[in-house]
Amino acid sequence: MRHTISVLVTNEFGVLSRISGLFSGRGFNIESLSVAETLDPAVSRMTIVTRGDDKVIEQINKQLNKLISVIKVHDFTGEEHIERELAMIKVSSNQENRAEILSIVDIFRAKVVDVSPRSYTIEVTGDEEKLRAITELLRPFGIKEYVSTGRIAMARTPKQR
Amino acid sequence: MKKNGAQTFIECLIKEGVDTVFGFPGGAVLPIYDVLYDEPLRHILVRHEQGAVHMADGYARATGRPGVVIVTSGPGATNTVTGIATAYMDSIPMVVFTGQVPTALIGNDAFQEADIVGITRPCTKHNYLVKDIKDLPRIIKEAFYIATTGRPGPVLVDMPKDVLMASAEYKYPEKAHIEGYNPTYKGHPGQIKKAMDFILSCKRPVIYAGGGIVLANAAEELCALAVKLNIPVTTTLMGLGGFPGTHPLFMGMLGMHGTFTANMAVMNTDCLIAVGARFDDRVTGKIDEFAPYAGVVHVDIDPTSISKNIRVDIPIVGDVKAVLKDMLKHLGAAASLREHKKGLDEWHKQVDAWTNAHRLSYKQEAKGKIKPQFVIEKLYEATKGRAVVTTEVGQNQMWAAQFFKYDKPRTFITSGGLGTMGFGFPAAIGAQVALPDATVIGIAGDGSLQMNIQELATAVQYKLPIKIAILNNMVLGMVRQWQEFFYDKRYSHTCVSVAPDFVKLAEAYGAAGLRAKTPDEVVPVIKEAMAIKDRPVIMDFKVDPFEDVYPMVPAGQPLNKMLLV
Ligand SMILES: Cc1ncc(C[n+]2csc(CCOP(=O)(O)OP(=O)(O)O)c2C)c(N)n1
Repeated sequence: MRHTISVLVTNEFGVLSRISGLFSGRGFNIESLSVAETLDPAVSRMTIVTRGDDKVIEQINKQLNKLISVIKVHDFTGEEHIERELAMIKVSSNQENRAEILSIVDIFRAKVVDVSPRSYTIEVTGDEEKLRAITELLRPFGIKEYVSTGRIAMARTPKQR
Repeated sequence: MKKNGAQTFIECLIKEGVDTVFGFPGGAVLPIYDVLYDEPLRHILVRHEQGAVHMADGYARATGRPGVVIVTSGPGATNTVTGIATAYMDSIPMVVFTGQVPTALIGNDAFQEADIVGITRPCTKHNYLVKDIKDLPRIIKEAFYIATTGRPGPVLVDMPKDVLMASAEYKYPEKAHIEGYNPTYKGHPGQIKKAMDFILSCKRPVIYAGGGIVLANAAEELCALAVKLNIPVTTTLMGLGGFPGTHPLFMGMLGMHGTFTANMAVMNTDCLIAVGARFDDRVTGKIDEFAPYAGVVHVDIDPTSISKNIRVDIPIVGDVKAVLKDMLKHLGAAASLREHKKGLDEWHKQVDAWTNAHRLSYKQEAKGKIKPQFVIEKLYEATKGRAVVTTEVGQNQMWAAQFFKYDKPRTFITSGGLGTMGFGFPAAIGAQVALPDATVIGIAGDGSLQMNIQELATAVQYKLPIKIAILNNMVLGMVRQWQEFFYDKRYSHTCVSVAPDFVKLAEAYGAAGLRAKTPDEVVPVIKEAMAIKDRPVIMDFKVDPFEDVYPMVPAGQPLNKMLLV
């Protein structure tokens, strides 16, 4: 099963390789990874998407916790949370199909961020499903380039009764 | 007053309570060696950096105090890697300080530059590159704190030369505070209660104790619990000495070369109490058939050890000493314990029957070749077991584990996890440096000993009276044994009969050399060796090259599929 795990780490030299080394050294896989400083510049957050059975995921969580540079590990699985990725998609365009592309952009609440006579560059954010959906709709026009970030996640605040 | 980095470094070590360092100089650590010239602390000059690390390791295993190493950058640093990995696998507290090229040159492929922090990341508990002299005291404090607390392990600190030469005022911190590092010491009371209820409900319990008992200084508590509950005990290779080897409840070691009794008991137990052990593959044999009838209680300070290899029914994360103490507190009235003990009679009868069926054994013919096991037994008799024994790796290691009895923790020192040939001899040096009055015996294979034989000069220089007993079979015995059993006796590259004359070699280094070729020469040689107090002695025992280690569970087989003599 796929898990999204958020890891708070001390923002120091070499910490990324400690985490990636842990995964490669123990044969765990990383599907995506995103890293950035938090509001506290001494701390970074890594959001890791990984896959494994319960035993593997348990080991991943424990092994991450064992690293001295890791402050906190949080697995979002089984909990209400929001996930987002951002993609930039450069798609071929011409006179005839522009309107159609723009309507897709509209439907997905995406944005055109660059235009040339032969292409549109579209920025879209959303969860994995939404990104997949827009990509599929744009594919027939010809995708010239596709770049996306890793996933980030945040727990939903429990609704008050 | 301002001090330079090297002075600060040495002063911090002294404040940390370090009395001995093992090291080898070079360009990047010249500032440190300049401070050491005035002998602020004892420095043992080794002949190869791997030797330094194994010595520090032996020192740590013999005392429980962290071993300390100082080496230069580049090749000095890379030479430490095997030693660090050895210590890491066996959770030995150690701090290795490496010199590094000046910060401005890092990343430039400078002369004698190696990314030792990168290289050792997977084999240290943690490591540091000191980029600013202001950070040096804090990092040293943290390094020792991390190395010695929780599940211990080696920590490496890489110090660029310009940092060692820069000057600054410093204050050595009293305490380390690391946000992401808070080992759990106290076991969960609910889990402990659950475990005790379960243990008391079982009829065929076994205690399986590992190196954690030794590391946590928990031998007394373990023994108290075993005796109170009348539970038979087996230990891993690393756990030897953690429970008295001569105790009636002791079944011997388990695993690949474990005793018939211990392995049968584990395969039939209904309650396996694992303390400070990690279910290594050499212990479990075929994992899905290991301890098939057991409910498993597992006490360990490292949460990652729990449920890593086998499912655990009652996990308890905590320091094994603290948890065992709490378990003892839980024991109810003596009357109910008596009841419980009586319930175990059948089980003890079964255990005794296994013991009587197959004991560890060998046959020494009076006129035949010397049997290696015979040498070990005679060493045991000569010292009455009052010795610190280190081993190399291979058959010598297994016979030392089987035929010497270790009643006290920290008296059996061996590379269990990594299985590093070349470990035992320098480890013996480290142990003798730590314990000048102890009898230190290094049990060696002729192959392994040659991997760090250069340290004989170190042992001679410091007049260390270690006793090296070579079980000289002129082969890489353990590998030869596998070739005999599993490769149709095709002895590919395991004959090492082209070897030095170890007696002459010892003399060439200024050590004593003795040889025994026949069984009747064994005891006199041991006696003579024991009388030598001012230098190391090598005893060259010419043993039967075709002796095998039994019992043996072939790799991947369940523990009850033992090959027996
Ligand atoms: C550094 C290293 N290289 C290779 C091995 C593989 N190995 C394990 S036991 C062994 C043979 C050891 O021979 P020796 O030291 O003569 O001991 P014996 O088994 O004969 O007692 C070898 C080569 C090892 N454990 N360590």
